Amino acid sequence: MKATDITDIPKEKFVLVQHDQVMHDEKLKTKPIGYLKDAIMRFSRNKGSVVAAYIIAALMLFAILVPFFSTYSTTFKDGYYSYALPKSKILSKYGIMTGISEYTYNQQSFDYYNSMPGAIVEVLDSYEVEDSGRTNTYYDVRVDSYKKVGYVYKNVTPEEYDAILQYQEETGIQILYPMIDTKKIKVESYKTDANYWYEHNMKGAAEYDKNGEYQDIFLKDDTTEDGYAYYTAKMGGAQYQVRVLYYEYFRYVNGKEPCFLFGADGYGQDILVRLASGARLSFLLGISVATINFILGTIYGAIEGYYGGTLDLTMERIIDILAGIPFLIVVTLFQMYLVRKVGPVVSLLFAFISTGWIGTAGRVRAQFYRYKGQEYVLAARTLGAKDRRLIFRHILPNALGTIITGSVLMIPGVIFSESTLAYLGIVDLQTSKLTSIGTLLSNGRSSLSTFPHVIFFPALFISLLMISFNLFGNGLRDAFNPSLRGAEE
Amino acid sequence: MAKYIAKRISLMVVTFFVIMTICFVLVRLLPNQVPEGQGDYATAVKEMRAAWGYDKPIMVQYGIFLKNVFTKWDWGFCTTVGPYLQPVTDYIGSKLPVSMILNVYSILFSVPVGIAFGIFAALKKNKWQDHVISVLVMLFISVPSYVYAFIVQYYLGFKLGWFPIVLNSGTNWFTTSMFKSMVLPILALSFGVIASLMRMTRAELTETLTSEYMLLARTKGLTRAQATMRHALRNSMVPVFPMIISEFIGIISGSLIIEAIFAIPGIGSVFVNSIYARDYSLFMAIGMFYTIVGLAGGIIIDLSYGFIDPRIRMGGGKNNESN
Repeated sequence: MKATDITDIPKEKFVLVQHDQVMHDEKLKTKPIGYLKDAIMRFSRNKGSVVAAYIIAALMLFAILVPFFSTYSTTFKDGYYSYALPKSKILSKYGIMTGISEYTYNQQSFDYYNSMPGAIVEVLDSYEVEDSGRTNTYYDVRVDSYKKVGYVYKNVTPEEYDAILQYQEETGIQILYPMIDTKKIKVESYKTDANYWYEHNMKGAAEYDKNGEYQDIFLKDDTTEDGYAYYTAKMGGAQYQVRVLYYEYFRYVNGKEPCFLFGADGYGQDILVRLASGARLSFLLGISVATINFILGTIYGAIEGYYGGTLDLTMERIIDILAGIPFLIVVTLFQMYLVRKVGPVVSLLFAFISTGWIGTAGRVRAQFYRYKGQEYVLAARTLGAKDRRLIFRHILPNALGTIITGSVLMIPGVIFSESTLAYLGIVDLQTSKLTSIGTLLSNGRSSLSTFPHVIFFPALFISLLMISFNLFGNGLRDAFNPSLRGAEE
Repeated sequence: MAKYIAKRISLMVVTFFVIMTICFVLVRLLPNQVPEGQGDYATAVKEMRAAWGYDKPIMVQYGIFLKNVFTKWDWGFCTTVGPYLQPVTDYIGSKLPVSMILNVYSILFSVPVGIAFGIFAALKKNKWQDHVISVLVMLFISVPSYVYAFIVQYYLGFKLGWFPIVLNSGTNWFTTSMFKSMVLPILALSFGVIASLMRMTRAELTETLTSEYMLLARTKGLTRAQATMRHALRNSMVPVFPMIISEFIGIISGSLIIEAIFAIPGIGSVFVNSIYARDYSLFMAIGMFYTIVGLAGGIIIDLSYGFIDPRIRMGGGKNNESN
């Protein structure tokens, strides 16, 4: 049967589908994906960049939070613990970051450190070496860098002295040790050292008794219980000179055992908190430079690129001149002129800003040249859009991806330059009580061969930061480039 | 082409003069230009100050400076750095060789290594060798050069004791012991260059390897090695070569931080010393030296594109024709 064969369909069987309503397009069921969302989606698919972003976030958190929670302040300084090794209470149980290192000592040094409680953790080996007819004994030992300070002389008031005595009674920890009878010290230069409390020969080696024990040369005083003098009065009794075991004395004064997670530098400052506050300054500088350059460069480049012609030519010549001045000269001149007025950090900031925006301006200018002749711009202009609207609403968003990528990558560049300048000493942050990664690196430089830990942590930090920023920047660049959409598998 | 070069050079000269004027004025306006001489030097310094017009207005000083530079090639005299009251040009000239020797060694080492590894990575694209090389490149490009310097200094210099930690003193640049002491700075200078050359060679070569003329070359019977060497590699060198040239221009500038770390008495360390010690004439002269190297380098690199790749017409107009 053909369709044409049916002829007599009753009219009432026909109903209009859309009798009294307006027909609409069906709404899209999927959500629209904007430029930014698309970029985020493609960025999150790049595993390496995501990991790098997390590392950067962690490093920033480290810089922000550590100075708040650190047990030592940035100004903390204890000369007795200069170059103390990294020590972690938790990790030292597993044999890492114990604050212990290996040394080879001769007899005199061995006796010196062996007389301190806990300084020599373990004697690995002892051997004799013949040298020009004399036999010298050497010891391979593992030494606790926190306890090798041993005893020191301290001046306290009588009230403080009583407080220490009370503390000793309450806790059972001995801080005060008998004074030494300096008349029995044989070498003049040893007399100020509180650690020669044993009988020794002219070379400083200990003279043991029959049992191989040290023989003390403590100062006698009949009025005390055990017959030893625990202080000598100075300044007519206003000050007592006492001999303390420094490790316990530190605990008494600071309320905790000395323990620097990243070790201490040459001044006995905690590297952990110094690194964090230095990183804080570096991040702050990097981010502010990037932000200001982003704004300056965008405005400059937009004006250049949009208006073109003679204006563009003049502005390009200004850029040529600014870009031609070596950066070091710019920094030096800013330091020489401004450092007394506004301080080293602000003058460094000015130096970075004075030439840093040039790259951004160039990128923005190129984008404007690319887009300003396109039809949609013409259409917008025909509809009456003003220059400002055309620049910021119509053309600039096209360039945003490259500019953002460039600005983000400026942060590690600034941090790197700052560290180089501080390392070379051209920017002197130390006199103004500031610290930066470069300052830490240059401080650690002199002790590279003996105490590499001073330089290790800042170097590790900046390397990690640079690697992460590079990976992150690569990811951003790919994410903001719509022409790569679908190109990745 | 000649017209374009002439235009670029004249623009460069103008830029250089503007920079020199700005720098001169800013440097000369700083206080305490030339400290008073001690003892026998007092009269000598006085005469020098008068000859250079330190007591005259700034623009007159600039006139004297320009006259001395262009008639006698005299850029001023050393005060706090270098031999007292000697011309700075002599002093700078005595410090240039060591910077240049080190950088030449570093380039001779890093260019072949960088290109070789780049080629290797491109040929093994997406295999494990390529991934290993990519990771290494990422590491070496990102990690600052002073960190390598510390690492090689600590491990190769101090722990293993293979090489001296700092450069030997003296000026016998071509002895074996001097070369041995140069190994560590050369290594520290090279890592970054090797990595960036490697990355660029790999990127360019992977692109040319998949191009159609490579297919044609293989079709007409060339082996893979022949086609790669004669066709792909030559084309992929187009952006790599200007990079090598820019490295070569960089050799006369020296490296500030590497020279500081390895105690190299080169031009970079003199520059830093002149800033520390406020030796303004020396600072000005080296600063202008760096400026001219930078400006001329930019032009040479731009022009080298045209020489290497005939498809790029320098200074061509819209239609890419030579004028």
